[in-house]
Amino acid sequence: MTLALSVKEIATKIEGQFPGSVVEPSQDSLVVDRESLFEITQFLKTSPEFDFDYLTGITAVDYYDYFEVVYHLASIKHNHSLIVKTRCYGRDNPTLPSMISLWRGADFQEREIYDLMGIHFEGHPNLTRIVLWQGFEEHPLRKDYW
Amino acid sequence: MEVKDITRTYIYSDKELDRVEGEAIEALKAHCQQPIPDPDAWLDKELRRNILLTTVDATLNWARRSSLWPVICFPACCAFELIATEASRFDISRFGMEILRASPRQGDLMITAGTLTWKMAPQVRRIYDQMAEPKWVIAMGACAISGGIFASSYSVVPGYNRIIPVDVYVPGCPPRPEALLYGIRMLQNKIAKRTFL
Repeated sequence: MTLALSVKEIATKIEGQFPGSVVEPSQDSLVVDRESLFEITQFLKTSPEFDFDYLTGITAVDYYDYFEVVYHLASIKHNHSLIVKTRCYGRDNPTLPSMISLWRGADFQEREIYDLMGIHFEGHPNLTRIVLWQGFEEHPLRKDYW
Repeated sequence: MEVKDITRTYIYSDKELDRVEGEAIEALKAHCQQPIPDPDAWLDKELRRNILLTTVDATLNWARRSSLWPVICFPACCAFELIATEASRFDISRFGMEILRASPRQGDLMITAGTLTWKMAPQVRRIYDQMAEPKWVIAMGACAISGGIFASSYSVVPGYNRIIPVDVYVPGCPPRPEALLYGIRMLQNKIAKRTFL
């Protein structure tokens, strides 16, 4: 079991590094702005203090007003973990940067989120459907799908 | 003195009738003194003891129904009941089908144990097409029959009979091994009724 880091301490550090990027430092997760998401995750991965070298998983939630994409980060060296979230407004073409250049494991997870939730990941080399078949038209895990 | 009875010249007298009947019986009896020739007479003693004569239908049907080899098609959780049916407690090999074939070329029977998604459907159809004739399909469980609880889902095939012909439907979610064995017995009875000529 990894040690969950204190979100408030990290939030102040990130806020110092990237001003205005933290939307909400909640109890257990760090909600960041989607424009600075990639820089923050890059910082969290590369800085020796955090060294989040392992992406446990990505998932997405539909809250009607916005999509929330959740990144579970972990560090094998320091044995600690952190949950980073970002919010993605608009249902027509929600877009986020791809994490595939930081963690290769993001490949299939981002494809699955694109498949079922319809969130586009910019920079993904092969953003096609993975669970459903090519030719399926909608994104069935959205709340308004019927 | 012999009295000629002119009133008894017609053939339908009792005596004449009895005589004619007796002659007919004697003739038939004399004709039937030879036994019906044994079709196996040309066989020598050892062979005669080891050859049985029967019909083509009965033989082929017996051979086919007694060695049904299931092909592997286990997309979901009914597979565990099928595995239990295979294993020693319920012992499917009592019915001549202990070998699960990984190659569809060697299988006769597809037991469709599990939910089928549309993405998987072309592969199942292809396995069925690759099986050699004659071939049979048992739809095992609610999902195989109608899609089950996933029937209204966007990604689940509502019943295997949408893509392949099904011979026997075994209901249950999942069916008990006894139910599957009963379905297999029903299929064997069905195979026994086939005619070839």
